[in-house]
Amino acid sequence: MTEWLENQLPKMVLAPSFIAVLVFVYGFIGWTAWVSLTRSKLLPKYELKGFVQYDKLFASPRWDTAFGNLFTFGILFIVIAMVLGLVLAIMLDQKIRVEGAIRTIYLYPMALSMIVTGTAWKWILNPGLGIEATVRGWGFENFSFDWVVNPDFAIYTIVIAAVWQSSGFVMALFLAGLRSVDEEIIKAAQVDGIPTWRIYSSIIIPSMAPIFLSAFIVLAHLAIKSFDLVIALTGGGPGYSTDLPATYMYAMAFSRGDIGQAASSAMVMMAVVFTIVVPYLYSELRAKNHG
Amino acid sequence: MADLTYSQSPSKGSFGKLILRWILYILLALFALYYLMPLFVMVTTSLKSLEEIRTGSLIALPREITFDAWKTAWSGACTGIQCEGLQPYFWNSVLLAVPAVALSTLIGALNGYVIAQWQFRGANLIFSLMLFGCFIPFQVVLLPMARLLGMMGLAGSIPGLVFVHVIYGIGFTTLFFRNYYVSIPAELVKAAKVDGANFFRIFWSIFLPLSLPIIVVTVIWQFTQIWNDFLFGVSFSQAGTQPITVALNNIVNSTTGVKEYNVDMAAAIIAALPTLFVYVFAGKYFIRGLTAGSVKG
Repeated sequence: MTEWLENQLPKMVLAPSFIAVLVFVYGFIGWTAWVSLTRSKLLPKYELKGFVQYDKLFASPRWDTAFGNLFTFGILFIVIAMVLGLVLAIMLDQKIRVEGAIRTIYLYPMALSMIVTGTAWKWILNPGLGIEATVRGWGFENFSFDWVVNPDFAIYTIVIAAVWQSSGFVMALFLAGLRSVDEEIIKAAQVDGIPTWRIYSSIIIPSMAPIFLSAFIVLAHLAIKSFDLVIALTGGGPGYSTDLPATYMYAMAFSRGDIGQAASSAMVMMAVVFTIVVPYLYSELRAKNHG
Repeated sequence: MADLTYSQSPSKGSFGKLILRWILYILLALFALYYLMPLFVMVTTSLKSLEEIRTGSLIALPREITFDAWKTAWSGACTGIQCEGLQPYFWNSVLLAVPAVALSTLIGALNGYVIAQWQFRGANLIFSLMLFGCFIPFQVVLLPMARLLGMMGLAGSIPGLVFVHVIYGIGFTTLFFRNYYVSIPAELVKAAKVDGANFFRIFWSIFLPLSLPIIVVTVIWQFTQIWNDFLFGVSFSQAGTQPITVALNNIVNSTTGVKEYNVDMAAAIIAALPTLFVYVFAGKYFIRGLTAGSVKG
């Protein structure tokens, strides 16, 4: 009896977490999926009505802006953060004397809350007293930098702040990758007289493909989940010009009292994450099981 | 021709290299300025008077240092109708983070121990399911969780928030411990079993003493996540139980009265101090946590 118990113990220890994940992750996703197919408004209804919420969602100009912003913001954020991160990592890889200190400086924004980052950049970017006013104070009277209050450009201020926050992290990822490339190969290339930039572009960077993928996944994930930064920096405005799916969902759920719209927009976010993360996780887990 | 260039290259090369080296250091310094600038502006703004902010420049040092804004931010700033500053919300965040971090770390350690060392059929599937749970956008669980907390009588309470953070934290904490324990040879468990040690005894006397580095990584990761969380905080709290990020946002975006930028900046720094502190004193572990989830361990 005790032996049986002893054998079951590992399962019993894991069981609560397993049940919690089943209920609070998969069960809840199921609930949201179900409600997204109903005519729920302020309270959830459970009678299925097909894809009315999704039709309404894709017909809504506000969602259109939010979904479009996700791509504008996501692509710019991912590309700029990756390029900047790679450049910084390569520069730091040149046997820099104070590397530790510089790395610490580049990476500290990652420790901050997005609300703090948003608050800081909101202040820096405000036209009345921030950068615009400062540059005008230097004598450039016509200098204009009002992106944060300009509906056509406000989304780019989100990119600026998000890149500032995350690029140091990408640098750390790439730096670890650069360091893991086999030194012998690099030495052999140097002996052969291959110029440094060629060593990077033809040997080191191609061998870091998995790290590019990791960085991409992490950044894409951050972009889709971006919520706090928008709330703190622009509040989704001016108007709803900087809405993202995450802020749209929140507005529907907690201020508009439209649960059906909230659920369907959450499901679309989920689908976007799915298409990016699932293939990655699948290959990761397969590699782990076989390696 | 070829050996001529060869003999010339050292002197020419070293001069070129020196210039390149200078350019490199200047670029690195400029980027350091770029990353430091917002923090610098936050600190200097928080030490200026409102008068000086209106008349002076964004990047100028304060002419006269005053800590009034810090005092207001800590104990007088308005987060809506209440004007108690950040102080009560700071303690809310502490009361929230401490149990949530402790519980999710403990559960993660046990889960990781089982998955790495006590494999049974289906354990890998469970691990995959948990891992995937780390990646969902939390918007997809927000609505049902709000209803569940209401039914459990935990709506708008700190224990409710602790519960939410533990539930959605165990995926990551399990991942951290599993990847750490997987490198411990299975012979260790076998030998201990032969000696008559049971499941918990092996965990307590063998694995836990080996775990200090991964415990530090996990605690730092969870603390940073929970302290900096806004989505759960704003969705599942009410006036009085809000965590510090929500209170900060309310102070900054409150529309009543004069806009006090110095108070906003002081409040933002107060909200950032605990995680910045952790980063400065345990940066190595912080980075290890960041990369653990994304680089194959």
